[in-house]
Amino acid sequence: MERTISFTLNGKPASVRVDDERMLLWVLRSDLGLTGTKFGCGEALCGACTVIVNQQAVRSCSTPVKDVAGKHVMTIEGLGQNGLHAIQAAFVKHHAFQCGYCTPGMILSAYALLLKTPKPTADQITRHMEDNLCRCGAQVRIVDAIRDASGAPQGGVE
Amino acid sequence: MKPVDCLENGVQGLTRRELLTWAGPGLFLLFGADWFGNDPLSAQEPARLPARQGYPTDINAYLKIGPDGRVTCFSGKVELGQGCMTVLAQILAEELDVAYASVDVVLGDTDLCPYDMGTFGSMNVRNFGPALRGAGAQAKAILLQMAAEQLQAPADRLQVKGGVVTDPSTPGKSVTYGQLVQGKRIERHIEGVAPKPVTAYTIVGKPAPRKDAIDKVTGKAHYAGDVLLPGLLHARLVRPPAHGAKLKDVDTTAAEKAGARVVREGDMVAVLHERPDLADRAFGLVKAQFELPQPTVDDKTIFGHLLKTAPPFQNAGASGDMAEGEKASSAIVEETYLNSYVAHAPMETHSATVSIENGEATVWAGTQAPFSLRQQIAQALGFTPQSVRVITSYVGGGFGGKSSAQQAVEAARLAKATGKPVQVVWNRAEEFFYDSFRPAAVVKIRAGLTPAGKLALWDSQVVGAGEREAKPYYDIPTQRTVSAGGWQGGNPAGMHPFAVGAWRAPSVNTNTFARESHMDILAAKAGVDPLEFRLNHLSDARMRRVLEAAAKQFGWKSAKAPSGRGVGIACGVYSNACVATVAEVAVNRVTGHVQVKRVVSAVDVGMVVNPDGARQQVEGSISMGLGYALTEEVHFKDGEVLDRNFDSYQIPRFSWMPKIEIILIDNPATPALGAGEPPIITMGAVIANAIHDAAGARVLQLPMTPARILEVLRKA
Repeated sequence: MERTISFTLNGKPASVRVDDERMLLWVLRSDLGLTGTKFGCGEALCGACTVIVNQQAVRSCSTPVKDVAGKHVMTIEGLGQNGLHAIQAAFVKHHAFQCGYCTPGMILSAYALLLKTPKPTADQITRHMEDNLCRCGAQVRIVDAIRDASGAPQGGVE
Repeated sequence: MKPVDCLENGVQGLTRRELLTWAGPGLFLLFGADWFGNDPLSAQEPARLPARQGYPTDINAYLKIGPDGRVTCFSGKVELGQGCMTVLAQILAEELDVAYASVDVVLGDTDLCPYDMGTFGSMNVRNFGPALRGAGAQAKAILLQMAAEQLQAPADRLQVKGGVVTDPSTPGKSVTYGQLVQGKRIERHIEGVAPKPVTAYTIVGKPAPRKDAIDKVTGKAHYAGDVLLPGLLHARLVRPPAHGAKLKDVDTTAAEKAGARVVREGDMVAVLHERPDLADRAFGLVKAQFELPQPTVDDKTIFGHLLKTAPPFQNAGASGDMAEGEKASSAIVEETYLNSYVAHAPMETHSATVSIENGEATVWAGTQAPFSLRQQIAQALGFTPQSVRVITSYVGGGFGGKSSAQQAVEAARLAKATGKPVQVVWNRAEEFFYDSFRPAAVVKIRAGLTPAGKLALWDSQVVGAGEREAKPYYDIPTQRTVSAGGWQGGNPAGMHPFAVGAWRAPSVNTNTFARESHMDILAAKAGVDPLEFRLNHLSDARMRRVLEAAAKQFGWKSAKAPSGRGVGIACGVYSNACVATVAEVAVNRVTGHVQVKRVVSAVDVGMVVNPDGARQQVEGSISMGLGYALTEEVHFKDGEVLDRNFDSYQIPRFSWMPKIEIILIDNPATPALGAGEPPIITMGAVIANAIHDAAGARVLQLPMTPARILEVLRKA
């Protein structure tokens, strides 16, 4: 059904008139021009499209836009709007990426983890990140970066 | 896809359109007699740089110095994640003596960058590196000459730091590169300038912060599917259900009624919409009927099929008299090694956006070969190559799979047909369907041991993988290697049911798996520790050094396999780079699951430009190697690719990662060889050998899935 969906996007009010069954990923990328959220598999199998909805990491490729009505949505563009967030800075410091395509999803998954578990162990990080795929093989550095970021004060826009 | 002959465009590398572009506003000020009015293809331009691999001889093709002193480095290479943006900036900063932070890098833009065959084969630092180094060294010599005139001091007295030239004998007197060049082309040239000696390096050989870091952690990094243009249409194309299927009938009425645009052009049927997901939805309404191909072969019967359909064997190296080798052997070990098709599976699927305006096409493509793509697009559109510009923004992984960029040709044809900019982003099923897989292969090795446990005979046949590094580098007096078919194409029709191609270190993963598994079996037969057995047959100093370094770091303790400890060793050569890997695994005898606990990798890749970058490549190779060793194989039947997403095709995850230790052998005397491929080649064998050491079971087929491990455990 086409209707107006309103939500908070990266800290600001947003409204889109769309078919409300459409997936959030495409509304973000195509209607709203926020291309930092990536398409990888379309079936919630890879994590490249991860965004934060009300403090939870969700797969935007499989989340109908109607599900975020009235909620807080944060994409990679919303993280660290005033300078890099601690997780972003740690990814830079550890070079915790190669091609970078999975990186926004990795960072936002890590963000959700640290909200829930501010000082995760390496095992907790591994378990939480398990379904975020990285083909280049940056996994070891990503774990290091998340541990490093967990030692830093947590900022964030929300 | 046929690589473009680099000589076609002239070694000088500049076409007419490039020249015009270079002269365009704000880019370069073109002056000087060499180029003016002369067709560069016929002009006898004196060689400014030694011709290398079809790279231009004009230093301006590689670099530009702005009035502010910022340096722009141009390369036809592309950033796939391997870090070429960073190492090229290091190389140029080093030669010019400017700050690394002051170098910007423009990659893979066919209008702005010097011709390049493509980004594959670890050739970034190996082949392009010397060309860039030469350009930088000569530019610095010219800049010093210009500074000498300006400062009225002999050039050899001048010093450069951070792009500022000073005369030490006249303090306070200085001029910057930016002031000297003022954003113009460098018109002079000096013959025979030698690049900096390695001993003088201050930037190369040290870790550098990645140039792409901020873009990639903030979501600002643009990939080909992130290009949004006014009026952009997203396309979904009708695909056959199986390779070899023929389109019989298609009904697109319902899709059109749903508001999508439809293009039919020959066999190409596409549904287009302003929103990608709505193109998808409309596409779901298309009714297409195909005639399916005759049953052919599946992932189980493929190996017999390869042996039946392979072309005649070609000699890949032989020495000694085979009969003598047979006579000298008191024990013969013969095995057949199998390797399934493996997908590239980059996280970014093949993506492209194409806009055509006034007879000129602009193509943003995820490709490893922008220059050959330009030719392909020109041909598909009936344009001249000069009226096609390929811009390669960041590429979300390639691994050899983006050497072909069919999606960009599709987008270009649709842009021409619709008169609108068109984006084609393959879904995951299309990515698996049209991937050019690493070929399935069969390797047979028959080797003989003397009573003293020395190798006397090696007779091997490679079918499917290709001959690269199939010939053993061990000291074996009598040996013969033959190979039939390969990854590069030219295979008999029907040998492979779909496209095969270069997959990170083509040929060499398969050949190293077979050879190094066989070496372990032979070592066990001889009753010798696998490391010692290898060293007993190795005179190559570099290979001995990596083996010893890896073993030492690991704390290798001599034992006859299987020792029950779950440790394995393997080594290999890739394009003159040497690698040795030691792994420790745990095998669950009930489930057949393998956990790789620790991997030590020692690599000699010659001069290392960026040690941290090299480490990233080793880590990536270990991660990706776990996939082809343990789970990755393409399932198919009669031309239908059964894997469509990451549920059935399992790539490595966080929990698979071992503790990784890396040794970069210090070898600046050997030119940089590149680190993106060598460390992956040993991963199949080192895990196979460690599994054998753990469980006494030898797996002869990749990937070593739990089912295959349980099967050999039952037999053991």
